[in-house]
Amino acid sequence: MGAARGENATKVAVIVEGKPYTYGELLEQALRLSAALRARGVARGDRVAIYMDNTWPCIVSLYGTLLAGGVFVIVNPQTKSDKVEFILNDSGARLLLTDGHLSKEFLPALPRVRQPLGVIASGKVPAMERGKLPAMESGKSPAMDEAASPAGARIEAFDEVVRGTPPGRPTTEIIPNDLAALIYTSGSTGNPKGVMQTHGSMVFAAGSLIEYLRLGSEDRILCVLPLAFDYGLYQLLMTIQLGATLVLERSFTYPAQIFARMREHSVTVFPGVPTIYAMLISAHGREPLSFPSVTRVTNTAAALPDDFVTKLHEIFPNALIYKMYGLTECKRVCYLEPELADAKPGSVGRAIPGTEIYLLSPDGQPVPAGENGILYVRGPHVMVGYWNRPDLSDHMLKPGKLPGERVLCTQDFFRMDADGFLYFVGRSDDIIKTRGEKVSPAEVENALHGIPGVREAAIIGIPDPLLGEAIRAYVVVEPDSGLNDKQLRVACAAKLENFMVPKEFVFIAEMPKTATGKVSKKLLREQKTT
Amino acid sequence: MSIESKIRAYIGENFLFGDAAQIGVDDSFLDKGIIDSTGILEIVMFLEEQFGIKVADSEMLPENLDSIGNISRFIEKKGASK
Repeated sequence: MGAARGENATKVAVIVEGKPYTYGELLEQALRLSAALRARGVARGDRVAIYMDNTWPCIVSLYGTLLAGGVFVIVNPQTKSDKVEFILNDSGARLLLTDGHLSKEFLPALPRVRQPLGVIASGKVPAMERGKLPAMESGKSPAMDEAASPAGARIEAFDEVVRGTPPGRPTTEIIPNDLAALIYTSGSTGNPKGVMQTHGSMVFAAGSLIEYLRLGSEDRILCVLPLAFDYGLYQLLMTIQLGATLVLERSFTYPAQIFARMREHSVTVFPGVPTIYAMLISAHGREPLSFPSVTRVTNTAAALPDDFVTKLHEIFPNALIYKMYGLTECKRVCYLEPELADAKPGSVGRAIPGTEIYLLSPDGQPVPAGENGILYVRGPHVMVGYWNRPDLSDHMLKPGKLPGERVLCTQDFFRMDADGFLYFVGRSDDIIKTRGEKVSPAEVENALHGIPGVREAAIIGIPDPLLGEAIRAYVVVEPDSGLNDKQLRVACAAKLENFMVPKEFVFIAEMPKTATGKVSKKLLREQKTT
Repeated sequence: MSIESKIRAYIGENFLFGDAAQIGVDDSFLDKGIIDSTGILEIVMFLEEQFGIKVADSEMLPENLDSIGNISRFIEKKGASK
């Protein structure tokens, strides 16, 4: 991937919470880390898990892994211990690169990882109560307490590893067909699955996005979305591929800070999701906002409500507004050209440049314009498959037009008008899509079943203007449990990423069942609406 | 109850399943992963109700709100300037 931009060495590549880093620094640090990874046994195709916040070490880790010939496995920093453990085992990661402040989640996972695993952590790792190891030999970082994983492996300090290793040469053995990343996404059985993307597919996808968003090297792209979410990750990949500048923030939690940063750095591209736009519009209602430097605003994850667009034009008077749709399995499917927003209301547009989309009926026949069908995606951006899950890969990847070719069956229903513009209709399975992230009902139900006092639980998705779908939980609790919705929410948050925590809890006396004794989600839905 | 213990009790009850002891006075809420953008709005509503202050959008910054200690100092400062 295009991290090696020697000619741009003094240009600022990223500004992380206000602190600028140049392309020269990025290359130098990434080459140091790549040499360190190699020295720790990372070879071509080995997985390196990156469980970090939106930080400078995270960026160095992504590019350091790629330059070493490794495959990065990016894990959302909100992920809790059990799932961290699952991903480490499933991916067979050789190294875990993480942040010290996430130690509460990753330390308990380490003893249960089956393969030998090295750990490098940025910042401070609280010392373990037992199993403390003697002080490190040399270059001991005062910021880092000694810490040992319960398995006995030493946790190395990120800064020290990078500083202490001379820059290596980037690997030359990687070709575009090699894996670059595993991006974990929720699966219907409850366990997440790793989407395999190659160097070729990711460079292609970033190039296609750059083309239709009309981006150039002078752009300053804001990213408040997690880098572990592919929408966030691609803001970085596009920036580096372009030689532009990324303005990276940890989250949108403190909007005043983001607004100040946008003004200070004259941000030109604002990527968001409807929940962020809702906060922006609500702030605008209290105190008018205007960001004239922004020329592109992008939305995905859930449809942008029509009345939002008018407000967004007030807040971003010079911006084109893009509506888009995608899934991790191919990064992005389609986008609506901003100039066509009025002509094609409700549409998410046409295929991104260099790709093709079409609809087929459930039995594989072409669908006439205006009728519903399942969306298929063809192009170099389609994933290779799910890591170690050929069964699930076969469910999503179907034979294409050419011998041996595989196209992506999105399992989403759409209709297409006579001009080829797509309109979302609904999903064909029970996966919930909320805030642009897929959520498996089984995963949330498992978390609820683990709470003492919960007898039965079932999850459905309900339409939500901001989230796409919101998660509603139906629970049957033990009579004397005294559980309320607030307690359930906090207990879920201890096990699940925030976007998976149900928005609503409905307490019921008994779970409706089908004749075979399975929970009937159809009856649950009817129960609420009647 | 002091300002700090009121805030600690609220954070504990609403974000930590009643276990307020697991968060230090200067632990960053973002680092600990215990709040997101919805959570921060809930905290602001609580502060406005509990302490009779008004939190402006421009004051919604980590230095004012991202730890129990930061919130306590912010409340004291707001109280003093009233």
